[in-house]
Amino acid sequence: MAAILDAQGLHKSFGAVTAASDINVAIEKDSVLGLIGTNGAGKTTFINMITGYLKPDRGRIHYEGRDITQLAPRDITRIGIGRSFQIPQLYASLSAFENMMIGIGVVLWNAGRGGYFSRGRPLVPGYDLPAEQVAERLLERFGLAEYRDKNAQVLPGGVRKLLDIALTMVARPKILLLDEPTSGVSAEEKFAIMEMIMQAVRAEGITVLFVEHDMEVVSRFAERVLAFYDGRIIADGPPDEALNDPEVKRYVVGGELHRLDAAQARPRA
Amino acid sequence: MSVEQLLAVLIDGIIYSAWLFVAAVGLTLIYGVMKIVNVTHGSFYALGAYAAASITGALLARGMPPSLSYAVLLGSALLVTLVVAPLIERGILRFMYAKDEVVILLITYALFLILEDAIKLIWGVSPYFIAQPYGLLGSFDVLDLTYPYYNLILVGVAILCGGGLAWMLNHTRTGKLLVAVIHDTEVSRAMGINVERMYLFTFTFGSMLAAVGGAFTAPTVSVVPGLGVEVIVLSFAVVVIGGLGSLPGAALGAVIVGLVRSATIHYLPQVELFVIYLVMAMVLAFRPRGLFSLAEARKI
Amino acid sequence: MSAGRAPFTLALILVVILAVGPFAPQWTLFLLTIALAKGLVVLGLMLLLRCGLVSFGQALYYCIGAYAAGMLGRYFGMSDLFTLMLAGMAASALAALVLGFLLARYRGIFFGLLSLALSMILYGLLVKTEALGSSDGFHVLPSTLFGVRPADAWVRYAVLAVAAVVAVIVALLVHRYLDTPLGKLAPAIKDNEIRVEYMGASARYAIHVKYVIAAALAGLGGALAATTVGHVDPEMAYWTTSGEFIFITILAGTGSVIAPFLGALIFGIIQTVAFGISPNTWQMVLGTSLLVVIVFLPHGLWSLFRRRKAA
Repeated sequence: MAAILDAQGLHKSFGAVTAASDINVAIEKDSVLGLIGTNGAGKTTFINMITGYLKPDRGRIHYEGRDITQLAPRDITRIGIGRSFQIPQLYASLSAFENMMIGIGVVLWNAGRGGYFSRGRPLVPGYDLPAEQVAERLLERFGLAEYRDKNAQVLPGGVRKLLDIALTMVARPKILLLDEPTSGVSAEEKFAIMEMIMQAVRAEGITVLFVEHDMEVVSRFAERVLAFYDGRIIADGPPDEALNDPEVKRYVVGGELHRLDAAQARPRA
Repeated sequence: MSVEQLLAVLIDGIIYSAWLFVAAVGLTLIYGVMKIVNVTHGSFYALGAYAAASITGALLARGMPPSLSYAVLLGSALLVTLVVAPLIERGILRFMYAKDEVVILLITYALFLILEDAIKLIWGVSPYFIAQPYGLLGSFDVLDLTYPYYNLILVGVAILCGGGLAWMLNHTRTGKLLVAVIHDTEVSRAMGINVERMYLFTFTFGSMLAAVGGAFTAPTVSVVPGLGVEVIVLSFAVVVIGGLGSLPGAALGAVIVGLVRSATIHYLPQVELFVIYLVMAMVLAFRPRGLFSLAEARKI
Repeated sequence: MSAGRAPFTLALILVVILAVGPFAPQWTLFLLTIALAKGLVVLGLMLLLRCGLVSFGQALYYCIGAYAAGMLGRYFGMSDLFTLMLAGMAASALAALVLGFLLARYRGIFFGLLSLALSMILYGLLVKTEALGSSDGFHVLPSTLFGVRPADAWVRYAVLAVAAVVAVIVALLVHRYLDTPLGKLAPAIKDNEIRVEYMGASARYAIHVKYVIAAALAGLGGALAATTVGHVDPEMAYWTTSGEFIFITILAGTGSVIAPFLGALIFGIIQTVAFGISPNTWQMVLGTSLLVVIVFLPHGLWSLFRRRKAA
């Protein structure tokens, strides 16, 4: 399978702090990658570099064969790389529906539709539906229909996370980078949310990369695990291998891992 | 470009810098602690000038020895601030701190408008003029240039203010509490610092500095309505150049603006009025947070 | 006032002005024209405010528009109202196009202070320019319309009529703009610029566009004011003039394209009445009004209409 995203030799320091040191990762199309590591290990920095929020001091990033190292976040989004945030980035004073509509408006604008001189209701590229219907559909897919008219700032934590991710889906990404999708969510909800996200996302054949601190979630959903420590990647392989790697155990997981199988992991309905 | 001209530029520059520093340092202190851009700063400058001029003038007319006038200038400024500043802070500003910084600026602008007319109502619209403190100490000569000793007082006041403020922030308990609040209000509150009291203190103290600036300027000009209007934008310029909230920044900003203005007056008078804002715009363009600024934490 | 009603209301207002104008006293016509001029400036400021930006120096473009109009008359003998207004608009838009590259990078207080600095630079420049009358400024030629100078009794009405038509057309154009993706991006930019970038839009570009539109509107208003008052001076670029515009913007709120004009009119009335009662307390009245609006009507006067509709 071809590599959809390829990072080579990424280095990034902030003064005396090295946030990334010789990061080499080739991500295959249609795969699910889990990123683990302690806080400050460089996971979010890695995502920030891929999405153009930070520029690496050294190294290159290629997406579908094209060098995207110097692109800005808005260009990264336009070519098909989506990203969600540790702290959900929403429009606090707007409702969930309005949040989605802004995103759809931007997609229309980038496609040259719905401008000053256009008439009628333009169709959203990729969905071939008017904006409002696309918004409703995405809200439903992520279980947010009941929160449609509530302001983003009053939404509960897990719902905010889901809205944050739903917003990234508007632009029809081919690869999705999820930064701690289940953090700040209660233990019961973690699996449910992850299930919902993965179902909604994988149906489109989207490559997924997610940062996660809960090893049970990682082993349940990831096909491949990357472990970060101190700006370096210390393990790269299937969950079995990576999670039992001695260095990973020492620096990230800590001790034995008790695996739950899928049935035990599902919370009470 | 003779030595004499150069010297004139330097001396005029220092004197003007001193005045700018005293006028602006309170503004930067208030911003640093309270995170508000305080337009009433100009009002306190004017209040200081009016109080000083009227009280000193009245006392001199009643036979006060002129040598005491300097103390009276200072005293009037302190008096008027101690009356007005707490009223404004406790009476109005205190309820507004939760609002957006631009909104608070507009509130202080509204207060400035109100105070402008309040001054007219109290002191009338005729100019006040007290010449004695200015000429009292005589003058000194540098080469062929003559300067009144009074200007040295201005420089002295500036140094005292700057030094005093620096000492206070670093060596007194209140000062250290202020520094804590400057860095983070929430954390300070969580540690038990009475942030509200710090705000009251800062607003009063900062406004006092403006009033002192106005008071000591009073003998050199004729005190008329609108005195504070230009001071506001000039103080903004100085403080923005140096970095909002930075004390050394205010000093550096004052020196830069003072020397630049002095140089343009002597060599390029056509640009004198706007060169300060040009410097301000250039600093903002290349160092948006000013020459000295606090570090910013990451957002995502 | 729902979005759909604005065009109807605007048309209604236009008809009323045109119909009642011939019977109104000269000072009313003057007041209304100036309100329209300032309203145009504030319409532009409203566009920026919706993004969360407050320009402390919008008087820069007001002044550029005014002086452009004045200079066309002074040096080229032009006095056609339409030409002058167009020229004012173009001059300001051009200036904003250039300055926008710098200003669109700033937010919050720094945006405000930088715009303030730029306006004060123009002020300083003008005061020292003797060819333009220094701090006295100079007189503007009386307006003509399509080569015809209206009879003295009809001048004010003619100018008002033109101003009203232009203002309504402009308001409708802006109203339409607010319905486009860029127009609707404003509250998003205000709330979360990072999210805007990650959605695939450039906040900086959007702000630059709005900045140029706002400047064009201010230039249009400045040219109109210059021809109505018959005089231009550097005070038009001073920070207190910008302060007036901000005052009206706060007063009006961001609810509708009609609000800026209403706010400007009310401001004009307050100013005239307060000044008439006592020249030494009108600033106090202004300041108090501003405080009252900020505290009790944070969404401006327009929120009064909104509430009434909901009730």
